[in-house]
Amino acid sequence: MQLKNFSISCKINGRTYEENIAPDRTLIEFLRGLGFLSVKQGCDTSNCGLCTVWLDGTPVLSCSMLAARANGRAITTIEGVQEEATAFAGFMAAQGADQCGFCSPGLVMNILAMERELDDPTPEDIKHYLAGNLCRCTGYASQMRAIEAYLAAKTAKTAAATTAAPAAPAEGGA
Amino acid sequence: MRHVNQGIPKLDAKALITGRPAYTDDLAPANCLVVKVLRSPHAFAKINAIDTAAAEQLPGVACVITHRDVPRHRFTMAGQSFPEPSPYDRLILDRLVRYVGDPVAIVAAETERQADRALKAIKVDYEVLEPVFDPAKALDHPSIIHPEADYHVNHDIGNDPNRNLCASGEFCAGDLAAAFAAADVTVDQTYETRANNQAMMETFRTFCYMDHSERLTIVSATQIPFHVRSITARALGIPKQKIRVIKPRIGAGFGAKQTLVSELFPALVTLKTGKPSKMVFSRKESFTASTSRHAMRIRVRLAADRAGNVLGIHMDTLSNTGAYGEHGPTTVGLSGHKTMPLYNKAKAIKFTYKVAYTNTMSAGAFRGYGATQGTFALESAMNELAEKLNMDPLDLRLKNLVAQGEVMPGYYGEKLNSCTLADCIRRGKEMIGWDANHPCRQISKTKVRAVGAAITMQGSGIPNIDTASVEIRLQDDGFYTLMIGAADMGTGCDTILAQMAAEVLCCDMDRIIVSQVDTDHSPYDTGSYASSTTFVTGTSVIKAGKALIEKMITMAAGTLKADPGDLEFNGTAIFAGSPDGKKAITVEALARKLAVGNGACLSATATHSSPVSPPPFMAGFANIELDLETGKVVVKDYVGIVDCGTPINPNLARVQAEGGIVQGIGMALYEDITYNSAGKMMNSSFMQYKIPSRKDIGDIRVAFESSYEPSGPFGAKSIGEVVINTPAPAIANAIANACGVRLRHLPMTAEDVVMGLHARER
Ligand code: FES
Ligand code: FES
Repeated sequence: MQLKNFSISCKINGRTYEENIAPDRTLIEFLRGLGFLSVKQGCDTSNCGLCTVWLDGTPVLSCSMLAARANGRAITTIEGVQEEATAFAGFMAAQGADQCGFCSPGLVMNILAMERELDDPTPEDIKHYLAGNLCRCTGYASQMRAIEAYLAAKTAKTAAATTAAPAAPAEGGA
Repeated sequence: MRHVNQGIPKLDAKALITGRPAYTDDLAPANCLVVKVLRSPHAFAKINAIDTAAAEQLPGVACVITHRDVPRHRFTMAGQSFPEPSPYDRLILDRLVRYVGDPVAIVAAETERQADRALKAIKVDYEVLEPVFDPAKALDHPSIIHPEADYHVNHDIGNDPNRNLCASGEFCAGDLAAAFAAADVTVDQTYETRANNQAMMETFRTFCYMDHSERLTIVSATQIPFHVRSITARALGIPKQKIRVIKPRIGAGFGAKQTLVSELFPALVTLKTGKPSKMVFSRKESFTASTSRHAMRIRVRLAADRAGNVLGIHMDTLSNTGAYGEHGPTTVGLSGHKTMPLYNKAKAIKFTYKVAYTNTMSAGAFRGYGATQGTFALESAMNELAEKLNMDPLDLRLKNLVAQGEVMPGYYGEKLNSCTLADCIRRGKEMIGWDANHPCRQISKTKVRAVGAAITMQGSGIPNIDTASVEIRLQDDGFYTLMIGAADMGTGCDTILAQMAAEVLCCDMDRIIVSQVDTDHSPYDTGSYASSTTFVTGTSVIKAGKALIEKMITMAAGTLKADPGDLEFNGTAIFAGSPDGKKAITVEALARKLAVGNGACLSATATHSSPVSPPPFMAGFANIELDLETGKVVVKDYVGIVDCGTPINPNLARVQAEGGIVQGIGMALYEDITYNSAGKMMNSSFMQYKIPSRKDIGDIRVAFESSYEPSGPFGAKSIGEVVINTPAPAIANAIANACGVRLRHLPMTAEDVVMGLHARER
């Protein structure tokens, strides 16, 4: 038996999409089909985290979610947060922490989410938050150095902005 | 040096981290037919009949291909230089299926759903045969896995398919019997390593199309673009010049992509239908229908005198190559030849081996390529010898270590021209806090901390075989195109080779662009495997860069009316006396001039093939915490000290080492491909086959004790593989130090530790 296609409407990276989809379409198939090719798939058992995107700002595994559930909601992929991703990329590159890079978009989406969610995370907090993001190339140590350097730089920048111009709103402190 | 030995960011870093589409599936045209494969549910069976009529009638189905429709040329999928040492024992589809997952039929349809439906509609009548899974039992078993008359080998590899023997051989140097007769202490133990999955994050994938000149274009995630061209030509029975292979960015390989896996199915579909097609392996398919590490059973016999001088070593390896012989005859060699030379002071060495066919998935290439398995065996045996001698295992090693200047009979008679292994051991000993922690420290009633160590070596390319060409072109604004055929699989070789080019050409990195590998355009390179890229291709880069400078000077001499012998090159200009003087021309001006009416656009090509394969070395140290009640082992700290000659890019070399160590820890503690009694793989997902996550890993600390390899580019040797070898034996040693339990098989699970503790109590 085949179920009928139906239409959904959702926002992706701020733009509204009205699409007709098959009911069994996963979110990752839907996104890649629309050209959001940053979203990668590494497994079929919700284990690797490569497919991480945001649903209304919260990280989700797009491989394990039906596209239908995105109806009326907002999706963010790394294409939608290029400025922040680029800032973080500098720290990764400085460590050589990007090897094949296939795990990177999912990891970056989770790191940017963590930054919004956790204040002053300890190394253990970071490992815990990112535990679902597998990487077979790097052994994680260089990623950790990059994340810590990135967070430290952000904190320093925020502190500097606060002391230099107490009246102005601190940047990047979200 | 400005660029070499500098931690320069990878050229593709920003693009890849921010998600730019650059991998195979990102580039595939939207109208590709989706290719899927029906796979055998039986470990050993003959296909009596296949009925595809119903599948062919389904909507969207473009073709269904069975063994009746494929070319009948046997071939190997192993990416090796012709004539390949792996036997020609495959067809694209065969009547005989030899493992659960062997391909039975190929389907191409307009959508994935349609292809899935077509797979289900194919009816196959199998005659089930008796399979054999244990390599020791497979030898001379009544079930013959390769009875085909057209089975072919290119070399004498000591095979006998009627005995399920894929390869065998023997090597000895010195009088082993005399060494054992003179021994005060001997060790004789057998060690077992398991099949592991490379588990790179990007599964196998390929898309194909016919181009404007009726040639087959294959875009694939591969480490071996040129071997893909030649193997596809042989398998499909078409001339090589009808095939073009392109390698985009790839999501790592670790050897898995040194074998053809996904390429031939879409290639055949596109050839038959004329339409573009693509095949993307699911993770399950990647686990169950590719190649794994060869499981090996290795008996090690050691003879030593009371003072701890190793007199003789005998290693005997039985390797399981599974259903097909990909890399079977070659991986096994490294289990002896890239281990025993570490103890080159031994007066006699002997290495014997057999490789057996079984009805498990074919084994293949995986980082370390047999040396990893051999290192677990020999290094474990050395630790057992130290215990028998009542000697510190590090002292035992330092006493017997190979040293610079020695000729190594066990290593193809090569002379060792660079080695800091003794320094690696001393430095690691200090970093791990050996003296304070050896053998162990009880930290609570139930927990023990302990240290363990192992050393290892690998090679740098395959001597006299690996061939790398490089072309450097001077472009019309004075920048350079570096054309390579070596495949960057995430290792950063594009960057490293560009660093070397920039160093030779004395220019900024941004004046070097590196082209993607495309067999129509790139110069020939055997590919990125056997730790060859930095060492072999790197040397070609230097040669090509120097040749191009010569050519620029010659052209400038004509323009400047000077004698080429009087001219100098400083990267920005060619001049006599001073770059600002009268007799000077900038590289930019020269390049522009050459591009207009001069009939001489400059480019230089160089090829390198090394007569030697200088070994990199590493000493690895594990500091573990072992729970005496549960047997759980956690690696709290791992120290790796590496001698890779000059690290061309210390950041990338460090990350290679860290990544290799963590893969090695996975192999040591939990990675294990298992089959049920019917030969079905039991762990075909990341849910069941656990690779280390960031929570499983403690501190990983890497340092370099750099030697200078005279035959390497800027003194470099390889790094990619040597780094995976030490964790298994070092952790085994630490476990023995923690609780007295010697585990001689991998992986070493908590259950094994507890069972060992119980056995000791009894
Ligand atoms: S693809 Fe692996 S978790 Fe989604
Ligand atoms: S960089 Fe290759 S998987 Fe993470």
